[in-house]
Amino acid sequence: MNLDERLSNVAIVGAAGKMGSGISLLLAQQMGLAKAKNPTQDIVLHLIDTRDQGLHDLVQYIRAQVAKMAEKQILKLRVLYKERNDLVENAEMIEELVNTTISILRPTKELTSAKDSSVVFEAVIESEQLKIDIFKKLKACCKPDTYFFTNTSSIPIKIVDQGAELDGKIIGYHFYNPPAIQKLLEIISWENTNQDLQSVAAEIAGLLRKIVVESNDVAGFIGNGHFIREGLYALNKTKELQEPHSFAGAVYLVNKTTQDFLMRPMGIFQLLDYVGIDVYNFILKIMDKYIEDENFNHQIIDTMISNNVLGGQRGDGSQKDGFFQYSKGKMIGVYCMEKKGYVPLDSTEEWDKTLGNYPSSWKPWKKMLKQKHEVVAQIFSELSEGNSLGCKLAFAYAQASKEIAENLVKAGVAKSNADVDNVLLTGFYHAYGITTI
Amino acid sequence: MRKLRKPVYFACGYNTISLGTGRSEFHPKKPRPGLEEYIKEAGQGVISQISDAKYIDEGIISNFIAARFNRQAHLAAMIPMIDSALVHKPCSRVEGACASGGLALANAVRSVLAETSDVVLVLGVEVQNTVKAIYGADYLAAAGHYKAERKNGHAYFFPGKFSDRAGAYYEKFGAESTREAMAHWYAQSIENARTCEKAQEYENKASDLLSLGRKSPNPKGFVDHLNLFDCSKVSDGASAIICASEEGLERLGIAKDKAVQVMGVGQSEDDLTKAPEDLTRLTTTQNAVEKAYEMANVSREQIGVVELHDCFSITGLLALEAAGFAPHGKGGEIVVNGDTKRDGRIPVNTTGGLVGYGHPTGATGIRQMIDVCNQVTNQAGNSQINIGNERPYGLTINMGGNDRTVVSMIVKKAD
Repeated sequence: MNLDERLSNVAIVGAAGKMGSGISLLLAQQMGLAKAKNPTQDIVLHLIDTRDQGLHDLVQYIRAQVAKMAEKQILKLRVLYKERNDLVENAEMIEELVNTTISILRPTKELTSAKDSSVVFEAVIESEQLKIDIFKKLKACCKPDTYFFTNTSSIPIKIVDQGAELDGKIIGYHFYNPPAIQKLLEIISWENTNQDLQSVAAEIAGLLRKIVVESNDVAGFIGNGHFIREGLYALNKTKELQEPHSFAGAVYLVNKTTQDFLMRPMGIFQLLDYVGIDVYNFILKIMDKYIEDENFNHQIIDTMISNNVLGGQRGDGSQKDGFFQYSKGKMIGVYCMEKKGYVPLDSTEEWDKTLGNYPSSWKPWKKMLKQKHEVVAQIFSELSEGNSLGCKLAFAYAQASKEIAENLVKAGVAKSNADVDNVLLTGFYHAYGITTI
Repeated sequence: MRKLRKPVYFACGYNTISLGTGRSEFHPKKPRPGLEEYIKEAGQGVISQISDAKYIDEGIISNFIAARFNRQAHLAAMIPMIDSALVHKPCSRVEGACASGGLALANAVRSVLAETSDVVLVLGVEVQNTVKAIYGADYLAAAGHYKAERKNGHAYFFPGKFSDRAGAYYEKFGAESTREAMAHWYAQSIENARTCEKAQEYENKASDLLSLGRKSPNPKGFVDHLNLFDCSKVSDGASAIICASEEGLERLGIAKDKAVQVMGVGQSEDDLTKAPEDLTRLTTTQNAVEKAYEMANVSREQIGVVELHDCFSITGLLALEAAGFAPHGKGGEIVVNGDTKRDGRIPVNTTGGLVGYGHPTGATGIRQMIDVCNQVTNQAGNSQINIGNERPYGLTINMGGNDRTVVSMIVKKAD
């Protein structure tokens, strides 16, 4: 079966979720264009979810996003529809592509709708039991040559493969959030993963214009393998600093160190809030279960969970409160364990003074993007010699981060330091590769 | 061409701001004024300068294509909204694509000459930011020949047409020198717009305008031979002015030295269904300007200020040649050498022109007349240039479509 045939009947399970909707959009864009080019070919995309309203919203989302894409690609669209004399104006061509795309969508609550699909993406929540159950049902109704793609950031593929008896016809396809925008895709296979599936997976990734990093099948893979451990390091540091500076102060200091001193787009606790403290906790548990000789739990996370302070995003994409309190996307308060509430962030001068000066060559994250290696090296050499608390914390943190990265290679999770850096650069928008400092 | 059979004057112009990207008031997702607000502001802006609205005999409104941008036609019936004294006055709407404003002015002149009116309120309006540029391009393409040109035309139809003209010009006269002249055109336009607080580019603070103007076009995302700085922007705005006879001026209490007298009117039309024969020339523009010179009986050396139709920088160069300020193929030279700057030999577009001031299409022809009027009567404020006695005349060129409808006028301070 060639790729065009495979991509003529696709299903997405969990299509209306945060990751599922982005994956649905990516596929709808590709398959809608294919249908526009070959109007007589049967092309269908099954969008499967348990929620009617979610499916309704998903179709509206796809409609709006495909229209935007069509507007941006109007020059190509005019070429595509050159022979269509009934389509003259830009608006007519854009509408035609949108309608064609909508016409291939099959929103449904029936999992068995995937029975004729050659490719099935699964993007339900990060629960191995739920995933295994779904794949068992899919296996029972799908054709024997169907390939399964599971979007997971932590669950070993082997566990799902064996749990649902898929015989190597499943591959890990870890999109980064939001899938339609983020370029990075981690592809995870294990020793039994079907060879043809591996090449199909690479081809589809190319079609979706993703930057692929291959990861071995170790819980957490490369992205979470690094992020989860770095988070634990930050939590430990927070505990140390809590004594002299209070919990709220320590969270602020570590977050600012990781964002500003380390020239990253977000501080570690802001990132934890973005991911969701509950999701972080989920992944901790999965890694704790499957990785031996290493502890994946933290008292601070347990307390946050029991205090029901969870972070994550609302349906409209706005940030929920976690380690920080947010208003219109800005951090306005920091969590206080004793109060079980937030301390306003309106006067942080004392804490900022505690951190002290930046290295003299320092630049903010945005200015560091596309800087030469020498500039990064210079700043890190200044960080290593800096006397301020900020410099000291940042340098130690960077060393820890580098060690985590190198250990991922030593443990065989990543093939090379460059692969880990690639994940951090493209998936986490870092401005420099941590293994090169 | 015969001289006008009696004196006709323009005075009391009023421009709203040209709203669109570049203005700090503009936010694509926030509510903005519509046709009604612009028409009222411009009309009342004129009326506040005259003795009484009841002396207005007639209203003419120019607009290109509100029927699509705003789903509103029948704009003549919006004139009485400006002032109750205008209820039951004869009103009409004219359309000639981007030359609609020029047509309104020409019609007002004719009405005064015909003695059906002594005072005409002439108003132009366009509100284009209601849709994204990619859809606006569809609407504006109606200024070309839909049946023959649209299907195979560029997504951005008119940038495509004038990119083709630029390409032909490059081939004939050299790409490098032309691009350089277009960059100077952009720089000059923005510098002039910075003198006029109503201009769309008034707040433009870019330091190296020439580098921006020199940027290579991006054929994959836009057109082959024009960059975005070569193009006038999408604009909302209105302009209004009084056209009056001598008696009309007296009735309105307008001092002569605040008015301009129309010395020459050139109006010209070419066949919309035929493609231009030579892409490197604006032949209809040339015809209209020659008629205006002939009627006014003045020479190019007597022109002290020009408002010409630079929907694109290349159009600016072609219009300079069509108006006889430079030989064919040499338009760029007088831009690069500074002749067209505000302190140059032939100051052009002193408030930025279409590239710098903005291009609310139906209003542009009237805005041009207001700016020329302000210059020759010394009412141009921060944009004022020095108009010497030996060059007392102002010239306007307002072009519709791909050089298909053109109105050109020559005016001087009334005496």
